[in-house]
Amino acid sequence: MKRKLKELIIKYIFLLIALISIFILGLIVIFLFIEGLPIFKVVSFKEFIFGLEWYPTSDPPAFGIWALIVGSFIVTLFSSVIAIPLGVLSAIYIAEVAPPFIKETFKPVVELLAGLPSVVLGFFGMAVLAPWLQETFDLPTGLNIVNASFILALMAVPTIASISEDALYSVPQEFKEASYALGATRFETIAKVIVPAALSGITTAVILGMARAIGETMVVLMVAGGAAAIPESIFDSVRPMQASIAAEMGEAPFRSDHYHALFATGVVLFALTFFFNLIADYVSHKFREVGSATL
Amino acid sequence: MRWRYFKQSAFFAIVRVSAFAIALAIGAFLVYIVVHGISAISWEFLTAPPRDSMTRGGIMPAILGTFYLTAGAIIIALPLGIASAIYLSEYAKQGPVIRIIRIGVNCLAGVPSIVFGLFGLGLFVVFLQFGSCILSGALTLGFLILPTIIGASEEALKAVPQTFREASLGLGVSKWQTIIRIVLPNALPGILTGSILGIGRAAGETAPIMFTAAAFFTAKLPSSIFDEVMALPYHVYVLATAGTHIEETRPLQYGTVLVLVALVLGVDLIAIIIRSYIRKKKRW
Repeated sequence: MKRKLKELIIKYIFLLIALISIFILGLIVIFLFIEGLPIFKVVSFKEFIFGLEWYPTSDPPAFGIWALIVGSFIVTLFSSVIAIPLGVLSAIYIAEVAPPFIKETFKPVVELLAGLPSVVLGFFGMAVLAPWLQETFDLPTGLNIVNASFILALMAVPTIASISEDALYSVPQEFKEASYALGATRFETIAKVIVPAALSGITTAVILGMARAIGETMVVLMVAGGAAAIPESIFDSVRPMQASIAAEMGEAPFRSDHYHALFATGVVLFALTFFFNLIADYVSHKFREVGSATL
Repeated sequence: MRWRYFKQSAFFAIVRVSAFAIALAIGAFLVYIVVHGISAISWEFLTAPPRDSMTRGGIMPAILGTFYLTAGAIIIALPLGIASAIYLSEYAKQGPVIRIIRIGVNCLAGVPSIVFGLFGLGLFVVFLQFGSCILSGALTLGFLILPTIIGASEEALKAVPQTFREASLGLGVSKWQTIIRIVLPNALPGILTGSILGIGRAAGETAPIMFTAAAFFTAKLPSSIFDEVMALPYHVYVLATAGTHIEETRPLQYGTVLVLVALVLGVDLIAIIIRSYIRKKKRW
């Protein structure tokens, strides 16, 4: 009896520790709100989100983050346009087309790309890509949407490629065999059987890749140029939310309106990525393949 | 018939090109960094502090700071991560509790690094009044890499064959002892290699330490965990954006980038090699 009690206690200790991720998530929400909510004494919620003017240090200051939100979305969108096809196609290559020795070397290469510190990629965009863009396209600055999107795409590709590859890999062998037996070519099997069967996994990969891009800070801080205005062309500079927080927090006086506004921007950013992750979780859970009988 | 095979060849060509484009991009990037950074690397660069308002000298304090922050993050995240993974893989039954924990872990993994920075500022620096220091930075980074550690540990625990557990339980050993004596030792190499990837992540992150630990420049080396430190990624950022001598210090910047990349990729590479070795060796 004593032993049973001990086992039970140990089980609950582990449960308590396992709940720490939720606990931390809760703490993040609480502290973002504690430091962020006071801004709404100064501006209304609607003015804050949809306001077009972000002049936090002027007198009187203006706290409207719409241009920052647009900035975040636009670099995420353009980087997805580059990263999704590249990531999914190379996942198909690794999973279905590549000979074994390439498969074995390619996976670590993708993992290495995932491991590159973002500040290093940001530095590369700043020191190498920006001057090149500026010269080639004769622009006022090479720090712009195109540059930031390209570097962000490099960060999202490993996420998309490796999760898609797992999804493709877990499609049951019988599916392929059945398709070949009906006389389909390898391409037809990939396009009409394997990819559709792995679609939920690929969707999850794409969403998580986009979440990675929208949450990435250093790249957009260093490379996006930092203009807090709605861009008119893809060669304009933008100031995504992450960049704004990182760049200004150091100078914002402690518990000033500016400081609270930056925390409130953090709340918006957190809510966006949280939403992305919930969708990804829902998709991967809801459309999960269970055995080979579900297609 | 010929058309069908033509389509196939065209498609294979496209996927091949996209895969090699990625490999080429990372290859070109690494070569570029090495070529431009190698000339800045010298014994002095690695062992001396910066001089002349950071336009000369070395990066030793930044290397040391990154080491402290990373070590602190691992000390915090490893026990919590392994214990969480033990619950998820050994105790939990399918149901709402495990589902909620899993969503929590996934969402934590997706929290933007700058939000971790804000959180660290709000909780550790301001509310708990640690100030901007090694402790605040290490705690923030530790929470940031927690999901990585949990994921790696869970995978390693699940790879231990069920028969091991059954054999132990069949001898009348309690569940707790089975976990501690049988499951954990067999999973440990996998857990540790997975955690190395977390080390690489912690060493390379900039945004979470900007407001919680990192200093532009410190005159002396940290003497306690309540001191601010310099850190490699922050040093790169500062040199590349905030100086008045940005062009002049380019060689220093490339040198620092090379050291950071070599450190992070070196650590990751070790993990990847050990992992493939373990996978080949295991025959159960």
